[in-house]
Amino acid sequence: MTDAALPLQPGAESGERQQTQSTLARVVHYTGLRMVALFVTVLIGVYLTILIANMGGHVDDIRRNYIREQVAISLGFDPDIKNMTAEERREHAEKLVALQEKRMGLDQPFLLRSFRFLLGAMTLNLGWADNMSSDSGSRQVRNIILERLPATILLFSTTFFLSFFVQLFVSLYLSRNYGSLIDRVIVALAPTSAAPSWFYGLFFILLFAALLGWFPFGGLVSAPPPDTTTGYALSVLNHMVLPVTATFLSSIFLGIYGSRTFFLIFSNADYVDMARAKGLPDRVIERRYILRPTMPTIVTGLALSIIGLWFGSIVLETIFNWPGLGRLFYLAANIFETAVIVGSTVIYAYLLGITVFFLDIVYALIDPRVKVGGNSGGQS
Amino acid sequence: MTAIRRTLAALSQYPSAVAGLAIIAAMVFFSIYTVIAIPYSEAVNLWRGGEGVWLENPRTAMPIWVNLFPGVNQPETIILGPAGETDVDSVRKTREIVSEEITDVITTFTFDFTADEFPQEISLFLRSEHEQKRPLVSLTWLTPDGREIRIADVTVEGPVTVRFSQEEKLERRLDGVRPEIGLFADPAASEDDPRPLKGTYQLVAAGLVFEDDADVDARLVVYGQVYGLAGTDHLRRDLTLALMWGMPVALAFGLMAAVGTSISTLIMAAIGVWFGGIVDATIQRITEVNLILPVLPILIMIGIFYSRSIWVMLGALIVLSVFSSGIKTSRAIFLQIKEDPYFEAARAYGAGNFRIIFLYLIPRIIPTLVPGFVVAIPSFVFVEATLAVLNLGDPLLPTWGKVLSDARVNDALYQGHYYWVLEPAALLLISGIGFAMVGFALDRVFNPRLREL
Repeated sequence: MTDAALPLQPGAESGERQQTQSTLARVVHYTGLRMVALFVTVLIGVYLTILIANMGGHVDDIRRNYIREQVAISLGFDPDIKNMTAEERREHAEKLVALQEKRMGLDQPFLLRSFRFLLGAMTLNLGWADNMSSDSGSRQVRNIILERLPATILLFSTTFFLSFFVQLFVSLYLSRNYGSLIDRVIVALAPTSAAPSWFYGLFFILLFAALLGWFPFGGLVSAPPPDTTTGYALSVLNHMVLPVTATFLSSIFLGIYGSRTFFLIFSNADYVDMARAKGLPDRVIERRYILRPTMPTIVTGLALSIIGLWFGSIVLETIFNWPGLGRLFYLAANIFETAVIVGSTVIYAYLLGITVFFLDIVYALIDPRVKVGGNSGGQS
Repeated sequence: MTAIRRTLAALSQYPSAVAGLAIIAAMVFFSIYTVIAIPYSEAVNLWRGGEGVWLENPRTAMPIWVNLFPGVNQPETIILGPAGETDVDSVRKTREIVSEEITDVITTFTFDFTADEFPQEISLFLRSEHEQKRPLVSLTWLTPDGREIRIADVTVEGPVTVRFSQEEKLERRLDGVRPEIGLFADPAASEDDPRPLKGTYQLVAAGLVFEDDADVDARLVVYGQVYGLAGTDHLRRDLTLALMWGMPVALAFGLMAAVGTSISTLIMAAIGVWFGGIVDATIQRITEVNLILPVLPILIMIGIFYSRSIWVMLGALIVLSVFSSGIKTSRAIFLQIKEDPYFEAARAYGAGNFRIIFLYLIPRIIPTLVPGFVVAIPSFVFVEATLAVLNLGDPLLPTWGKVLSDARVNDALYQGHYYWVLEPAALLLISGIGFAMVGFALDRVFNPRLREL
């Protein structure tokens, strides 16, 4: 039962062995197309983000004020300034400001600037942060963001795989035991998924950190970090328990409910009854007759849930002080660190794009329609 | 009407739906009551009025009902005076002419203290009426066992507040014990584990005034550890206000966001399906872009750069979800029903495109979308709470999310102020579950097989 999803592949290939080459080509072709399409999509998404971020020249204003402030400060240290008249002083300052604005490209028309900014954003080349720095001391936005990425990915890949497999197997089990007590309990629990993960996180902190003291309130490792690698890993695991469980609980019941209903609909189909009548064992029926046609839809549902997961991460990480992207975003938002905010938004767009892309590949691998190349071209 | 009645009859088959409907009805009723009882401007004024409005409330006090738990007996706030406003037994004010120039104005506060815990703070608000010579007030504390403790001597000029906890001399006189504990402590109990002495306490504010018309009024506040039905926050604000006002705000936000997003998505899907071709393809592509658009980060950006008003957020949320993934679901259904013969009939009598879209296509699938719409309401309520937790809540309105956010920023969980988190969370959860239960039941009533889309 551990890998019910995997045996699809040999079974599928044995039937169409002579077509393997073209199947691979089609999958590659499909994936390539999707990749280009998704890249364009991400590009548009990031451009929109930039437009929103700079709507009405807001970001430019912030930058202009910053330049003015910097110039004013630097003039304060300039020994020549004392010999100038007020008029000269003002002119000198204006000249410096204009110079700086030109250097930052602020004198160019907005359209041109936005494309330059887009290029910078896509390569995460967003310059330096004013008031933030990475733990390693760098003030480059790219370093600040990339440093936080692993923590977020660690947390969310764990949650994702946990909930995916639990959801799959529990819903299969429930569709087999339709109407049993546990089935009814889980269906009754489905509405609890209306609350986001951070909400459960609050309760967990209250219960397991504040009252019982079993787990830490938040953070990535205990302070000071353990010396040994094993100790470090264990400490991280210990800190992961609460956020992972919170995310897991917030999505699992609705997920199980959805796929259980879905499996139920399919397990009442005529061809499944036929297979049962033939006397095929339950496992084979599940794998070949129920899972196989439902997989693409399940995967699509999954794509949407992951997207929700990414956004939930901003608050979840803030609540748990998890040093990931979400918390970075929150911190940057609180001190108006524009470059980091835009950069994090871009990274989120990338992450969503990559997520959708990987799911597309999975989709291509399991959806027979992609494999056969659509209705018309499949026969050649 | 019959359709609605039939739906309600079908819903009554599900106990969960009945419970959910009861919750929603209670919320609606309570929201209407709140909006009438505390008008919008008053709510905003109270919530944003600063500490002055709530001067006589304790800080982060638990709700009063914690005293119902066995073994818990927290003190309530005792407010006495000025004389004439409270009953004569507890506040007695006498006026006695000592000499030609000096008059004694003595206010005696008498109160019973029966709680097992110490009060939070003691303050005396003094106000004088005089022309030139400032009145002098000396304060004395009388404990039930007959001890007399001198508190302080104060010259009163206009309104003066004596905070007992800030009287350093008093603290020294009490051997370094904080006054709110030292004044109430039972001398028999050990110093490490002080217990309050129960009984009748008295505070005597003996004032000397030096003019004929001069007077001194005093008001004693012994801040308790519990307050009101919901407790108070770090700014002494009564949480009842925020919890009450949070309900209409949550309902309005959730409802409007759900209506706005589902209707706009529906119209887009209908337009795409009806016109087909490039229009449909464009809408489909935009939907794909929209799927990758990081909605929450963009909302946060809008909150930071433009406005934190809850209505701006609502508008942005709706605009961002016009092309949400819901389009795909509606589109699939539209594609099916588009082939129905009555569309041909409509076209035959010369109906325009938009007439067909709005009067023929959209009404057909609204029932199938009702469940999703009901389920979506709480998720939007939680979006508001999410924004508030990220410090992007509405700057004026008290909402549940704001309360949670304040609690989080002030480390409520770490410091053990559990009520502060639990109350808004419980309300959020109850309203969320109420809508979700109704929505799920509606789902089963309306479209038993539609889930497969």
